[in-house]
Parts: sequence; structure tokens; C-alpha cells
Amino acid sequence: MIVFQYDKTFEGLLTAVFDAYSRRTFPEVLTGEGEPEPLFASEVHRVITDTDKSNRVWTGVQKKVSKVTCNMLMCVWLSEEPGSDMLIFRYIRKTFDAPFSIETNFADDDVLDVKKVAKKVGKERHFLIMFVRFQKAADDIWFAPVAPQCNALPLVINHFKERFANQKWVIYDTKRHYGYYYDLKRVEEITLEDDNHLLQGKLDENLMAQDEKLFQKLWQGYFKSLTIKERINPKFQRQHMPRRFWKYLTEKQ
Amino acid sequence: MDEGILSKLKILAESAKYDVSCASSGTSRKSKTGGLGNASGWGICHSFTEDGRCVSLLKIMMTNYCIFDCAYCINRRSNDIPRATLSVQELIDLTVEFYKRNYIEGLFLSSGVINNADYTMERMVRVIKELRQVHRYNGYIHMKSIPGASREMVAEAGLYADRLSVNVEIAKEDNLKLLAPEKDHQSVFKPMHYIGQGMLESKDERRKLRYAPRFAPAGQSTQLIVGATDESDKEILQLSTNLYQRPGMKRVYFSGFIPVNSYDNRLPALKQAPLVRENRLYQADWLMRFYGFQANEIVDDAYPNLDLEVDPKLAWALRHPEQFPVDLNTADYSLILRVPGIGVKSAKLIVVTRRHGRITASTLKKIGVVMKKAQYFITCYELPVFTVNEASPEYVRRVLTQKKVSKKGDDKNQLSILFPD
Repeated sequence: MIVFQYDKTFEGLLTAVFDAYSRRTFPEVLTGEGEPEPLFASEVHRVITDTDKSNRVWTGVQKKVSKVTCNMLMCVWLSEEPGSDMLIFRYIRKTFDAPFSIETNFADDDVLDVKKVAKKVGKERHFLIMFVRFQKAADDIWFAPVAPQCNALPLVINHFKERFANQKWVIYDTKRHYGYYYDLKRVEEITLEDDNHLLQGKLDENLMAQDEKLFQKLWQGYFKSLTIKERINPKFQRQHMPRRFWKYLTEKQ
Repeated sequence: MDEGILSKLKILAESAKYDVSCASSGTSRKSKTGGLGNASGWGICHSFTEDGRCVSLLKIMMTNYCIFDCAYCINRRSNDIPRATLSVQELIDLTVEFYKRNYIEGLFLSSGVINNADYTMERMVRVIKELRQVHRYNGYIHMKSIPGASREMVAEAGLYADRLSVNVEIAKEDNLKLLAPEKDHQSVFKPMHYIGQGMLESKDERRKLRYAPRFAPAGQSTQLIVGATDESDKEILQLSTNLYQRPGMKRVYFSGFIPVNSYDNRLPALKQAPLVRENRLYQADWLMRFYGFQANEIVDDAYPNLDLEVDPKLAWALRHPEQFPVDLNTADYSLILRVPGIGVKSAKLIVVTRRHGRITASTLKKIGVVMKKAQYFITCYELPVFTVNEASPEYVRRVLTQKKVSKKGDDKNQLSILFPD
């Protein structure tokens, strides 16, 4: 069994594709650096990430498939699901080897899986757009904690930058311990050193802007009155608004 | 802005919640420097209440005082309920502050009728005009047009709102007059006509001048109450087909009647809102909008009401076994769409996939076709032929409507294999 070891970055993965073609051996398993080798590994190749090589592979992919599919492959990478790197690897290999585009051949398991995983990430992205709740801090920065299932936060930054262009905001992923800060001009990635106090999802009352508490209360009251008692259907509610988002939703706190 | 506003907000939310329209789609407006927000083109829901309905817009009434006395409405003047009015400033502050916290996608402004239709409309227009012009708000605005409003008022509202709507409420005019003596179909269809005209005119203008103002770019919608009067589903679907032919009509909503004024004996005594019927009507609506069905195919004189037991597409298929089986490897897209268990997405996947090779049953399952239903209506060279024609429509209906037997093993028909000692 041939094993490729790489540094678990997207560039590393693309370099692995390059190496496979130049060595004419294709791995059956991809592992990260420092991970234990699988039993029966007959040959382990260490991939050294090289942006030239990865760029060449990515340009090749872009030539072969549409932009939509390129975006789907990026989404699969962000899904953080086990085996998603191998899925991308197989997809790219099939794309390069086929005489014509395989993009629409949904009878192929890998093509269908790429679509399914990308859809899952897309859904998570949409959930973020729906369920981000900003709280206004005293220093006029609007703060929102999130904890998405997959790493979908980079996919929503453009939406929030466009929509809330004239307020400073921070969206922070409490699960992956990083976030984005928008300072009215551009967005930059940030990491807070101590984010334990954010895990509850509520800003400390001393840090809150004066009227923040009032608007939270108004929203909660409004939300409660909007329910039609004759039609109560909690299952339906959970279907559209999964429980895992509730801890950061103002109206559910 | 203080605590006092909370009680007003609650009262007016209670009054507004029975309007079902919630869409925030149809307009895309880029954010401008110094302005607030944008409109994304597709709708975004921001929350879901315990009844499972989405909260996309701040759905609220300007006031719930009303001079009308409609039997089906909670805000009728003869009801003894708490009343409140929000000022223009309060409405604007609420919208802006909620919007900035990403609670909502925009504003849905409705109102009870005070003094007369135009007086009410004017005050509502003031709210959305100020939002757009003073606060440079680019988010979504849906405004209700009051029945009986004049052409001038509608024309002004259309400049600031993304979507305008007038509710028909009751499909037959006699019934409407019985339940809402102050209203008639004229008063509803006139404003609807003005909205349509405004949209057509602005489209024409914009062809000549690129920056001519848009008029209600997200179109109009309306709502029909289901189950308050004796209309059949055929009459309701026929009316909604006609409504969809009006310029800019994007959605016809159905609202299962909830007996809010149970003391009024013009209304039927219902134990529960007709939720299944409402759901079937929406399914029929979807068939007409996305699946190429005509209203008279879904319901006709022989079957004036929708089948509550099975969905309208399956019901149609069971009435027309001669149309099946459909061969998925060769049939047209429009025919594949008619197969129960295959939706728009899977139909599209089938059409592109079959260019690479033959479709098999396992592929179908993987791409999301509901084989439990679809198996009786398709062939793809390998399935055992046991279609609706061999099995008879009655058999298929019986199998598909069977109640699920619980898996815990308390099936009374099953003999125990343990011997008693």
C-alpha cells in the first residue's frame, strides 16, 4: 500500500497530486504529518509543499472543469470531514485522466460525493448567514460568536462585509478559535488569546453598549408573540433551525 | 426608545402574525457607501418560531386599530383586544436596530385601517420613505396596500417598497361580502391592478433610461384564507392560476383558517386549523409553478377537492396510469418531472447523468429519488416490471398510504416464536 504524507494544507494536497503524476505512483491513503502510518504501508512518500507545483495543478483543474466545480472542491476541503482530502484527490485524478469532463456524471460515486459534501458546506454557510447574531459592545464594535459544524466562516465574510459595511464587526468561531474583524475598510483574521468567556455566547454586561440589553429584550418579546399557538410544531422548528445554533441565538437564550 | 415600547411591540406582533407572506427574495440591491444594508436577491430566513414558520422580515402593524369588521380577522373593530400604535420614528428605529444585529432581513409593514384607506397608506408610506431617504436603508421592504387605496398612494409606495401586496382573503365574492361587509373584490383588485401597471410602466421607462426608478422590483403577492368558507380547492386553484397571470404576481399564499373569533356564527366551528389541506394546496401551487402542471389537471369537476391522503402529484399519477411507466433513459425532462418521487433537482441530475451512460436503480437511489414511490412509475431496463399498470392504482395507493408499523415489535398480527412452557 502506498501512503503519501502531507502537511494537511490545500496546497499540500495539490502538491501531492503533482508528485503522484511525476512519480507515476498513486497513493491509497493520505496521512498528515506526525500521524501514525497505517499497517501494511509498503511505501511512504513525504510530500513537500511547493506553491509552484500546487499552482500548476490548480490551473490545470481550472482548465478542465467549470468555476462552479472549482468552488465545490474548495467547499469539500473546508468541510473537514475525514476522507475529504482523498475524495478531492480522486476527483482531480479522474478529471485529468478522462478524455472529456466528468462533472455531470453523477452515476460516479466521487462526483456525487463531491456534490453532496459541497452542498452540506453550502448549507452550513447559509445557516451562518441566517443565524449570526450581533451584540453591540460599548466600544462600538458589533460582536457575534459562531460555532459551525464545518469551517464555513471564510465563505460568509463577503456577505457580511457587503451588508454591514458601515459598522465595525467581529465574527468569531469559538470552535476553531479564530475569527474575522472588519474595521470599516477591510477584513482581517484575528485570534483572541483568551476566548473562554465567549463560549457562553453572551458579551459581559459591562462590555455591552447601553441600549443592547433593551433591543435584545425587544427581539425576544417580539419573537415570542409571533408564535401562533394553534399551529405549534417544534419538530418543524428544529428541522429549519437545528438545536446546535440555539446557544448563540438571542431569541433562544 | 425605552421599555414601554416592548408592550406595544408585543401587541402589534400578535396582530400581524396571521399574515403568512414571509418572502424576502426577488430584489438585489447593492450596498452603497454610507448606506445601510443590501438586498441579496434570494431570500434569507433569520429565525423560526415554535410553529415552524420562518421569521425573515420584521412583520409588524403600524396600528391595530381598525374601522373594518371582518369576521375572520383578530383586529376587527368589535373585538375587545389591547390596541396600540407605533410612531414613524419608533418603527424606523426598530427596523434599523434589528437589521444591524442581523435579526431580520427587512421590514414587513401592515396596518389596520384608520379613517380611510388613503389616510392609512399615507402614514405607512412615510415610514418607508424616511427609511430609504433619511437612513439610506437598502434592505428589503414589503408593504401591504390597503384595500381601496388610490392610484396615487400605490404609485408612491411602489417607489420605496420592494414588494407590495393586497390580500384577496376569500376566493368567492359573495362569501367575502358576507364575512367582510366593508370589502369587495373591486377594492382588492383595483390596487392590485395599479401595482401591476406601475411595474409595467417602470419596466418600459428603464428600457429607455437605465437609471429610471424601479417600481416594486420584487413584484406583488396575495393571500387566500382556506377553510373559512365553502370554496372547493378547484375554485381556489383556479383563482390562483388567474392571479399568477397578473403582471408581477410572484406568490399566492394560502392561510389555513384559524378560528380567532369563534363567537361569530358566520364562521365554521373548527376544532383545528385545516393544516393538511393548506399543505396540499401549497403542493399543488408548486406543481403549477415548477412542474408544468395546469390547475385543471390537478383538480377537475370529478375531483373538485385535493386528496388529503396522498400528495397531488401522486394523486394525478394514480388517476392517469396510462401515462406510465416513464423510461428514464429516454424520456423528456417534462415527463420525468411528472413521476411521483422525482423532484426538480433529481430530474435535472437524471437528464445530465444519462449522457454518460445508462441510469440504473442504484444510481437513482443515490441521487435522491424516492424509490418507494417512483418504482411503480418508471422503467430503466433493469427493474422488475411491476408498475402501476400491473399492480393497479388501488394497490399502489394502499401500499403507499399504509401506516408505518412501529419497529418495537408490538405487532399484534405477528405470532410469537417462543413456545410457552
